[in-house]
Formats: sequence, C-alpha cells, structure tokens
Amino acid sequence: MMGVVGRIVARPWIWSFAGALLVWLAAILFTRGYGAGGMLTAALSLAVFTVVVGVGQMFVITLGPGNVDLSLPANIGLASAVAMTVMAGDDGRVALGLLAALGCGFAVGVVNYLLIRALQIPPIIATLSASFVIQSIDISFGRGLQIKPPPGFADFTNIQLLGIPILAILAVVFTVAAGVLLQRTIYGRSVLAIGQNMRAARLAGIRVGWVRFATYALSGTLGGLDGALLAGYFRGANVDIGNEYLLASIAVVVIGGTSVAGGKANVPGIWGAALFLVLLLTMLNTFGVSAGVRLVLTGFIIVAVITAAGGQKASR
Amino acid sequence: MAGSIAASPSSDSPARFDLRRLLRALLPALSLALVLTAIAWLNPRAISYFGFTLMLNLAIPIALATIAQMFVIAGNDLDLSIGAFVGFVGCVTATWLRDAPLIGVAVLLGCIAFYAALGALVYLRNLPSIVVTLGMSFVWQGLAILLLPKPGGKAPDWLLATMGVKPPFVPFPILAALVIAAVAYVGLMRTSYGAILRGSGGNPVAISRAGWSLLKAKMVLFACTGLFGVLSGLALIGITTSADANIGNGYTLLSIAGVILGGGEFVGGRVSPIGAVIGALTLALAASPLLTFMRIPPDWQVAANGAILIVVLAARVLISRKESDR
Repeated sequence: MMGVVGRIVARPWIWSFAGALLVWLAAILFTRGYGAGGMLTAALSLAVFTVVVGVGQMFVITLGPGNVDLSLPANIGLASAVAMTVMAGDDGRVALGLLAALGCGFAVGVVNYLLIRALQIPPIIATLSASFVIQSIDISFGRGLQIKPPPGFADFTNIQLLGIPILAILAVVFTVAAGVLLQRTIYGRSVLAIGQNMRAARLAGIRVGWVRFATYALSGTLGGLDGALLAGYFRGANVDIGNEYLLASIAVVVIGGTSVAGGKANVPGIWGAALFLVLLLTMLNTFGVSAGVRLVLTGFIIVAVITAAGGQKASR
Repeated sequence: MAGSIAASPSSDSPARFDLRRLLRALLPALSLALVLTAIAWLNPRAISYFGFTLMLNLAIPIALATIAQMFVIAGNDLDLSIGAFVGFVGCVTATWLRDAPLIGVAVLLGCIAFYAALGALVYLRNLPSIVVTLGMSFVWQGLAILLLPKPGGKAPDWLLATMGVKPPFVPFPILAALVIAAVAYVGLMRTSYGAILRGSGGNPVAISRAGWSLLKAKMVLFACTGLFGVLSGLALIGITTSADANIGNGYTLLSIAGVILGGGEFVGGRVSPIGAVIGALTLALAASPLLTFMRIPPDWQVAANGAILIVVLAARVLISRKESDR
C-alpha cells in the first residue's frame, strides 16, 4: 500500500493536478458550492488552448537548454487571422481554413528552424526575432479585415457533452497521442535523447537536425491550430489573441514536471498545470480581488508550486 | 569545455594574438558602428551632441537592464522578470521615493535583498530560474499596478537633475554608458571574486571543490541583477519623468537580446560587460532612430527590428563558427 502511494507521490505531474483540485475546492468553498460544475466546464474549455500550445512547447523545451519557442503568440495571432480570412464566414470552407492555419503555423516553425540552423542563432533569440517579423506581417495583413468565424465552426468550438466541452475531449485524445509520440516512437525517443545529450545522440546515429526541425515545425503547427480554435471560440481573430500564451505555454510545461534542462518530458502534467492556472484565475476572480492582487497572488503561487514540486531533481 | 576557459582569468589576457578572436570581440562594436553609419548617412544632423543626447537617452536604462540580465546569465540563469521589475522600481521611484524618500529607499534596498533571496531559493531548491522569474514577473507587475493603477507620479527632482546633466563635449548618455561598462567590467572581469562568479556559471563543480560557496555566488549574482534593475528603473523615470506599471515590459527581451548581441552565451559563464552595453546601445539605436530615418512605415518597424537582430547575430555566429572550426 505504501509503495503505491509512494509511487503516485513520486510522479511529478500529480502535484499539478493536486494544485488544480485545491484551488477549485477553495473557489467553491467560497461560493458555497454554487457554480462548481460551471467552473469546471469553463476551466476545461480554456485549458484546451493552453494544452495545445503547451504540448508543442514541451517538445521544444525537451530538446535541451536554450530551446524554447517564443514565437507562439505572434504565430497564434497570424494563424487566427489567416484561418478566419480563408474561411470567410462560410461553413463549407472550415476544413480549408483549418488547413491554412496549420500550414501557416508550419511555415513559422520552418522559418524558426532555418534561423536556428542556417544562421546558428540561439533558439530564444531566433524565435524572438521571428516573432517580431510575424507580428508585423499580422498587423499589416489583419488591418481593416472584418474577421468573424463561420457560425458552424464557432458553435462547434463551444459544444458541450454532459457539461464537458467537446474540444476538451478532443484535446485529451490529442494529448494521449502526444504521449505515445513522445514515449513510443523513434521520433519521441530521439527528442528525449537529444535533450539528455545532443553530442551522444548524434554519435548514436540520431539525425539531430531532422528531429529538431520536426520539433520546431510541430510547435509551429500546433500554434497555428490553436490560433484557429481560439478565433472560433472567442468568435473573432485579432493580433493580440495569443499574447497570454507565451508565459502560459512555458509555465504549464514546467509546472507540469517537464525539466527545463531538457531530456525529461511529462505529458499528463500539462493538463494538470493548465487546469491549475485557469482555475487559479477563476478562484481569484471569485474572491473578487483587484487585478493587482490577482497578479501578485498568481506569481507567488506559481513560485510556491515550483518550489514545492520542482526541487527534488538531483543536481546535474 | 568553453566554460572552463571562461572561468580562468587568463582567457582575457591576449596570450596569443588571434585575428578571429579579435574580430569576435570587436563584433558588437562593429555592429554599433554599422548602425551609426547608417544613421549618419540617412541623417547627418543626427550625429551631433544634441542628436546623440536625444537618440541615446533611452539607451541608458536599457544598458542598465542589460547589465542586470548579464549577471544572472553569467550564472547560467535567466531573468524573465527584469522588465516587470524595472516597471515596479519605476512606480516606486515616481511615488514613494518622491513623497517619502526613506520608505522609497528602504523598498528599493529591500528589492535587492529580495533578489538575493531568490538566488538562494533557486540554488538551494535547484529550481529552474526561468519559471521562478516568470512567476516573479507576475508579482512585480501586480505590485506596480497596486502602487500606480493609472500612469502618473513624478520623478524626484534630484533624479531629474541627474539625468538632465549636460557635460561638456561628450553627450551624457555616452558618458553614462562608458561608466556603466567600466564598472561592470572591472567588477566582473578584473576582480578575483568576479572570476569566481563567472566560474560558478562555467564550472560550478570546480568552484565548489576549490572551497567557494556556490550559494553565496548565486546570491551575489542575483543581488547584482537586482541592483542594476533598480538603477535601470531610476534612470528610466529620470528620463520619462512619470511612471506607468507597464513601462518596462519590453525590457525583458531587449536585455536578453543585448547580452547575446554583446557576445554573451546562455551557458558557461561566458559574458562580456562591455559587449553587453554596446549591444544595448545598438538595440536602442536600431529600435527607433534608425527606423524613423529610414522612413519605414509603423506596421513594419517591429519586423525591421527583428531583421536587424537576425543580421547582426548571423554575422557574429559566422565569425565564431570559423573560430571553433579551427
């Protein structure tokens, strides 16, 4: 019995779920149970968007120190505009629009990798510079556009089955697939190997360049998908739609138990961390605190969680 | 490893002359010269005492923030909260430091102590600094909003007077940049404890075996970041005269870019204080004066910024790759 408990507690992702449960309980304790289910439904919906980009960011961060995709917000903004433009408010063109968003995100990922590889720029700076350029394209492209999603697509992103958003169900399927990709495929094991020791991975015959390329392309594509979904859910695209996902995507990856040093990833933790962050905001909103207090508490709670959960790693 | 080389002070002295190494060291200066040449070509009148004072004024707080970032990077960490922190310091400066100087000074000193404590936390719990500082960025931003919900406040008079000094011949921002670079250079590159600090990033095990406290080194590095962050906030408010909770938000990425542009590396304790200041000046100049003179439409200014960053870094990497290919 103790062994089972010990093994569960040793899983790094359990803490993020425990944290999510805790803030949810605190919120419904405050409202005396009122709106408990609605809170969960809303949290599941919003967590989906963080989970999708979080998974992409997780693969990138797992590649090793310095690997991070800072172009996600700009990427999401551009893809949301592209998707809505291609869909043009017509339900028959939803698939085409989604494809365009995926393609747009993929292109961003390819550009990121080209900057990293061909110009040998550190990924942080490369994706940052790329995001500047993308942002300008988006501003110039999206100016004066009337961008609304097709009604069918917007409704689809808001459908619920027994209070569970359909997007959340799809996202769970998606994360399971991501978990399989990470742990059970040559690609996923290669990502982990590169994160542990790039030189050793190369000497072991892993085609490091291709794996890194695929990872940045994957992160970009997921950013594109997220942009299209966000534009559907919030019924409209805009330049700033992805802004909060820069910090959120990194935060869920690390709170979820993925090592920033690379080589150690955790898929379930992303869900726990995303729910935790969303429910944390819900809780603070329920308490009715001001924006400043909410930010301060969010910050301290993130630091506290990471201190409680992230400290057991053996030093390198 | 690169780190162990950086840890030994001998790597700074020109033991043997090497053109590529020299080129690499000079690259930040070359990129600055390039940007300046472009500005001079586009608008010759900008190259004057008055022109430099105007163009480079905002470079002082950016340079200070970049030096702040450089200290954490020297210890293999990253501070994603420096922008929000500069904003918070700005708000304290424009309110408490003017109305109740004692409280203001105490809060700012407290901030530096808090940074040292963060360093201790990161070291003792072996935490990823990226996440800790990400969390702290929310805290600083929140505190800034609580302190100054709407843009406003006013800089203390002594600060306005300091930032408005007009020294003879050399424009104030250039003088300030020289002083900042000199202080950081001597402190980190020319003192024996500076070598220990860089070594804590380059080869922590060796530093620890040699009997130095890594905890203390981490705390000192973070405290230095806090100190220069405070100076950056003070300088910023001295120029803008009033504050806003979001005033420093762009500084996080600018400061990281400045350190890298100036020849620093993310890991291994390899940083260059002089390069960092030059990198900050280049970014500050490339960010707005150059683009204004090039008549780039506002939509594309951000893109041009990114492109300039890419070009300069690509050039730098071409040179250092040749160096490592030998």
